[in-house]
Amino acid sequence: MMGWLRSARADPAGAIGRVLIYLILAIVAIVIVFPLYYTIAGSFMTPGDINSFPPSLYPHELHPQNYQTVFDLIPLGQQYLNSIIQSGTITIAELLTATLAAYGFAFLRMPWKRFWFGLFLATMMVPWEAIIIPNYLMMADAGLINTYFALVLPFLATGFGTFLLRQAFLTFPQDLRDAAFIDGCGHLRFLVQVLVPLQRPALAALGVFAFLGAWNQYFWPLLVTQNPQMQTIQIGISQLQSVDTNDLGSVMAGVVLAILPTLVLVIFGQRFIVRGLTAGALK
Amino acid sequence: MTGNATSAAPSRVSTVSAARASRREGMTAFLFLLPSLVVFLVFVFYPLVQSFSLSVHSNDIIGRPTLFVGLENYVAMLTGPDFRLVLWTTFSFAIITVVPGIGIALGLALLLTARIRGIRFFRTAFALPFAFSVATSAVVFSVLFNSAVGVLNGFLYQLGSAGLNWLTDPGIALISIAIATVWLQLGYDLLVLAAGLGAIPDELYEAARLDGASGWRLARSITLPLLAPQLFFLIVVSTIQSLQNFGQIYILTRGGPSNSTTTLVYSIYSKAFAFGSSDFGFASAEAVVLLLIVLVITTIQFGILERRVFYR
Repeated sequence: MMGWLRSARADPAGAIGRVLIYLILAIVAIVIVFPLYYTIAGSFMTPGDINSFPPSLYPHELHPQNYQTVFDLIPLGQQYLNSIIQSGTITIAELLTATLAAYGFAFLRMPWKRFWFGLFLATMMVPWEAIIIPNYLMMADAGLINTYFALVLPFLATGFGTFLLRQAFLTFPQDLRDAAFIDGCGHLRFLVQVLVPLQRPALAALGVFAFLGAWNQYFWPLLVTQNPQMQTIQIGISQLQSVDTNDLGSVMAGVVLAILPTLVLVIFGQRFIVRGLTAGALK
Repeated sequence: MTGNATSAAPSRVSTVSAARASRREGMTAFLFLLPSLVVFLVFVFYPLVQSFSLSVHSNDIIGRPTLFVGLENYVAMLTGPDFRLVLWTTFSFAIITVVPGIGIALGLALLLTARIRGIRFFRTAFALPFAFSVATSAVVFSVLFNSAVGVLNGFLYQLGSAGLNWLTDPGIALISIAIATVWLQLGYDLLVLAAGLGAIPDELYEAARLDGASGWRLARSITLPLLAPQLFFLIVVSTIQSLQNFGQIYILTRGGPSNSTTTLVYSIYSKAFAFGSSDFGFASAEAVVLLLIVLVITTIQFGILERRVFYR
């Protein structure tokens, strides 16, 4: 199989093979892209249009009012802001705590280093759903339900991110670090002025990973926010679907608005995403 | 080098001050770990202990999980009528999402290695589902699966079929959720596999072809072995992810119809939080089971990674 794939360009007899590849790729592409297409098309359909059967596959008349209606159904603007605050805080905090810890693990001597490192790795093996009940009870007891604190506090550190950055930091030449220290550089100054600028790709990868993970969270925000004004966009959109099933066009408009940032990232920043998301797959 | 050294730093030579310096470095290092450690202690390790503790407690009259009941929750869980179904549903869901998901992604990744025009366009197209989150994708699929006006039944109608009750037929609902999940995951699986394929040097194929190998033989002897780390990573990650799936099930079926989509995580949610039923003890017993299952899988992962999978 790989044979004719790899040689499709070089071999002129591969014309039929090439047509076949295009055909398969095109069919699969249509199937995969269809839900996105229908979301956008549906967001411009009139209620009559989207509720017709057999369903219409394109809007017979443009109905952009859906984009207004959705703001009346849920506090979409506020929820957007909540998502940005929640994801932004988590991303920045994870970058900070992971950079500090990774520096400690990569460069400093300390007693019981293996134990501490093992502890960080162990956090990766604990599924969040297995400890979600005690976390919820803790937040409830502290009176933090319906606050930003509840949304972000448990996610201000990351075992995976620390591991990732430690691996990246270890590639930094020890000689250079020694030289910097002989020149009177302290830990924090070395970290901020030398290491972080040089490790921007690794930090960016972790940043993308952390942001997407936080932006897409569902279970935890659902538990700790009941007030629509405090909910993230993900919760808001899913409530939309159960609140008003007759107004599917507005639901679709809400979805389009919610995926806009990530859609832009996928189309224009693919390379960036690849680095962020395959960070775990490629050692 | 020592020529431009400043002040006292390099002049510590006596063993006493060296020991003191190393102790100070140990303290400094600990300070660097401290912010993360505090978060882990409060939000991972303490709750972990609490999960075990809750699982041996039951609610008192005012609904606080304070009554010690020993292993009663575990006994109720293991002998109860639902638990076996829940486990069956959980593992079935894992299999029908992981196997087709990675299979399709592998096929597409191989097709995308073809050197033809417009590959970048297809790459972007296949990555588009990635823009969706669990919640947004589930909402869209709930519209597509709608049995009255949904597009999927629209297609079936055109083909002369009466259509399916995608989300309300107990025999189909789990498969419908799996379809939505596989679609959402595909972009990621593809990214990982494409990155792996891109890293295989062309010379290997050329050398093998000179030796007379071609077609399936190339795929079996070069591509698959060299892709093994990525494939293995994906299998483990997707399995764990499918075990943890909550959003799609919550939005599409709420565990129904007749519990046919109630997986372990959904069961934890419904016992602890849904409909005002706050049986934290029983739900925590299930949470402990989830923890053990994931631990076993990750342990196997590390075991196999060490031994078998070929890393460059």
